[in-house]
Amino acid sequence: MAEQNKTLEKVVGVNGNMITIEFTDQVMQNEVAFAHVGDARLKSEVIRVRGNRADLQVFESTNGLKVGDAVEFTGELLSVELGPGLLSQVYDGLQNPLNLLAEQEGFFLKRGVYLRALDRERQWHFTPLAAAGDEVGPGDRVGSVPEGTITHYIMVPLAWRGRWRLESVVAEGDYTIDDAVAVAVSDQGEKRRITMTQFWPVKVPIADYSEKLLPEKTLVTQQRTIDTFFPVAVGGTFCTPGPFGAGKTVLQHAISRYAEADVVVVAACGERAGEVVEILREYPELEDPRTGRSLMDRSIIICNTSSMPVAAREASVYTAVTMAEYYRQMGLNTLLLADSTSRWAQALREMSGRLEEIPGEEAFPAYLESLIAGFYERAGLVRLRTGETGSVTIGGAVSPAGGNFEEPVTQATLKVVGAFLGLSRERSDARRYPAIHPLESWSKYHSLVNEKELEFARGILRRGSEVAQMMKVIGEEGTSLDDFLIYLKSEFLDYVYLQQNTFDSVDGATDAERQRYMFDMVCRVLHETFGFDGKDAARTYFLELRQLFIDSNYLKLDSVEFKSQESAIEAKIAEGKQNA
Amino acid sequence: MRKVYHKIIHISGNVITVEADGVAYNELAEVTSARGVSLAQVIRLDGSRVSLQVFAGSRGVSTGDQVRFLGREMQVSGSDDLLGRIFNGRGAPRDHRPDVDSELIEIGAPSVNPAKRIIPRHMIRTNIPMIDVFNTLVESQKLPIFSVAGEPYNELLARIALQAEVDVIVLGGMGLKYDDYLIFKRTLDEHGALSRTVMFIHTASDPTVECLMVPDMALAVAEAYALRGKRVLCLLTDMTNYADALKEIAITMEQIPATRGYPGDLYSQLASRYEKAVDFDGAGSITILAVTTMPGDDVTHPVPDNTGYITEGQFYLRNGRIEPFGSLSRLKQQVNGRTREDHRAIMDAMIRLYSDYKSTLEKQSMGFKMTAWDNKLLKYGKRFENEMMDLSVNIPLEAALNLGWRILADCFERAEVGIKTDLCDKFWPGEKAPAAE
Repeated sequence: MAEQNKTLEKVVGVNGNMITIEFTDQVMQNEVAFAHVGDARLKSEVIRVRGNRADLQVFESTNGLKVGDAVEFTGELLSVELGPGLLSQVYDGLQNPLNLLAEQEGFFLKRGVYLRALDRERQWHFTPLAAAGDEVGPGDRVGSVPEGTITHYIMVPLAWRGRWRLESVVAEGDYTIDDAVAVAVSDQGEKRRITMTQFWPVKVPIADYSEKLLPEKTLVTQQRTIDTFFPVAVGGTFCTPGPFGAGKTVLQHAISRYAEADVVVVAACGERAGEVVEILREYPELEDPRTGRSLMDRSIIICNTSSMPVAAREASVYTAVTMAEYYRQMGLNTLLLADSTSRWAQALREMSGRLEEIPGEEAFPAYLESLIAGFYERAGLVRLRTGETGSVTIGGAVSPAGGNFEEPVTQATLKVVGAFLGLSRERSDARRYPAIHPLESWSKYHSLVNEKELEFARGILRRGSEVAQMMKVIGEEGTSLDDFLIYLKSEFLDYVYLQQNTFDSVDGATDAERQRYMFDMVCRVLHETFGFDGKDAARTYFLELRQLFIDSNYLKLDSVEFKSQESAIEAKIAEGKQNA
Repeated sequence: MRKVYHKIIHISGNVITVEADGVAYNELAEVTSARGVSLAQVIRLDGSRVSLQVFAGSRGVSTGDQVRFLGREMQVSGSDDLLGRIFNGRGAPRDHRPDVDSELIEIGAPSVNPAKRIIPRHMIRTNIPMIDVFNTLVESQKLPIFSVAGEPYNELLARIALQAEVDVIVLGGMGLKYDDYLIFKRTLDEHGALSRTVMFIHTASDPTVECLMVPDMALAVAEAYALRGKRVLCLLTDMTNYADALKEIAITMEQIPATRGYPGDLYSQLASRYEKAVDFDGAGSITILAVTTMPGDDVTHPVPDNTGYITEGQFYLRNGRIEPFGSLSRLKQQVNGRTREDHRAIMDAMIRLYSDYKSTLEKQSMGFKMTAWDNKLLKYGKRFENEMMDLSVNIPLEAALNLGWRILADCFERAEVGIKTDLCDKFWPGEKAPAAE
């Protein structure tokens, strides 16, 4: 980063992770500064300026800071470094590589230690796409390097302005990220090197595309309830609010593993470290069936867990979405999963409280809604200037206080997302996972299956639930056999289709083809007219049928066992029809 | 020699403000008043105005009293000499034995790098079926017991501590009733566990601010032992008292409260303590078992609510039993796939049927006719409650699983329990059990 414009100012107040400084020179809103305490330099960001005083949020513990300590300003906004090598990395909210940090500093996250995000030694095989003499602008591709299975384009830094002429471009070969792959000259005669990396301020969306398109294609997550009933579109947004213990994180992990996206950015924001560790330790071992490589090769993990400094938590979702946008620029479909946006909102609330701003609802700041909207609006399907399309899909977990969806974060999120996958305590208590509520959730996107059949299946669920409610009042004996059958059918649909065992390798991931196939089978049962002597006979029959379906869910579609299970199911259906 | 300041300009609640220079944030000070010497900690700097929370409380502090800054943060010893010792909320001995000041470590150390954590993989056996079978406790887990006043949560805590196979027990008591403290001490002593226990006890009659240090000291000691390769179980009771102490200071400092008077950073404060639970890559582990009493039995109260989002599950203790609904061990999946092949199936099936039993009970109480299926459920539910849920049941996991099959087989047909056929083939008990079992 640029070394110019450094000024030293003095601390005049410390309040938790907020410091107040008095400045003599000039400061910029959201400028990055470093507070000196002993040998350590603590990264901080200007969040308010009043007269000759500025308030800064410190991304580290402020213990030991004194009035009069020096603060060094950088003249830069909070930025991340973008370039080849981001994939498979694990960063904290400020893009500190955690594995490298562990090698260097051991067990603990020592404050004030900031390491280079990308490996400067590694050689990348560069293939030029532009030649000396070409006229280029920010975002134009100069060349490419292979990164795992993807083609990583090296671009003219997006933060540059105006038109540039390439003076030279290196020949195909192996280079490190800091080697100049091209030299550009501006109209004014300014000469700059283009390397493989560039910086971008995280709170500003990357808007280098020709148009934003309507997200219409279903993003296959291999989760039946989602893809069939409450689908998410490529380039869309969704949220998964739920009380604690309803399975938000398990669901997010399942999506991050099985979703058919090119790049997955997981932002573990203010949540448990243990959950991140599962990703860190398991993903390198898991295979991505689409590429045959490790799942880690397509993932970037941003983890700012709950015990890590709270201001960095606020930054972490922006860091994550900036990386997703960067890979979108390569014409890729990226998926960002943020768990949980409520912790991010709480970080905003903590700072707002320290700033003594007038609080909004539940003490959240008044600008919460616009910040949440701004974040989700960074999702989208775009047509790049090259004609390719790329997308960022954002899914945010929300952890509403008391499991009550009426609270400000959930409500602000619902206004801006395209799909709402509400997790319910009732379902998780009954161990019906995923606990996405089949009647309260909604989606504005297109399903994988036939929409008419879907409406029919939804109708069964709705009426089944009504019958169940009614039975609580009038009892089973007061319910007609027809109504009771509807109830049994809705339970059947719930058990064999909506419920899915994430921890099973077969049942945990149902691809699009199998979902359509299974859904047809299930719908056949739902449409079927059965005849039974009484409710007990009906219940027994459906329990047996359910068992056959559940067993088949654990069998591979192309296996012999599946075929024989299928014939058993056919026989069972035929048996039920006999008395009709 | 450090400078002594005499200019206390503000006293409010347990917070005093003094004019001083060169003071560091979070530094300790000694306040000498007519009532004696108390420790205090810097909680805000504003120009030359330094606000401190006074551990012994501000009662009797006069504007002319002296404040001496110590130039260091709160420390605690991490040495093996702590074993068998009891301290108060300031870290001073409570057992009339000499102070321990070797191997001092700062409390509230930075967070563990997630890259140095490993996936927990060891089950902690408690011989309580509701835990072992249904919500297995795992080494390095952080788990609170959600309960209400009057429930035997401290007894449960002590029982788990005694039966768990760990090297060191660190007990942090916050606002503990003096009787409860004595009971803990006696129980651990009777079972010969006192010599591997370190206690930090803040009793209900001690000054509130001292309560704030207890979790940090207990966890700092736990961390020191864990780094030496020990498996540490840290017991914290009661975290609601801790949260209330946080609230008191926040209100005194005129912070804008978020919900019900609690500060906006309650989540972060609780999280930075609970997150000390860890399984180190290449060293020991810390398991945290805490008690959170729910005011008014309300789980949406900010303290249990925030806790639930932080911890890896929770046990609900109600009417002397661990409730199967709501209770959850998030880490159970890490271990229950490797105990016995039928573990997960039994766990799921029994809970599902118990949930059905609950709805049948509802129907019954409304006077509806019971079907054959309902009667089966009723029979099952009774047996489940008596033979599985009762806290007096003390059997190993394998025996509990066998008992589960027995109960299922006595109440249902194979096709009714929804367990995969191959498991039923293997474990379904052949004949009805003798009534005496």
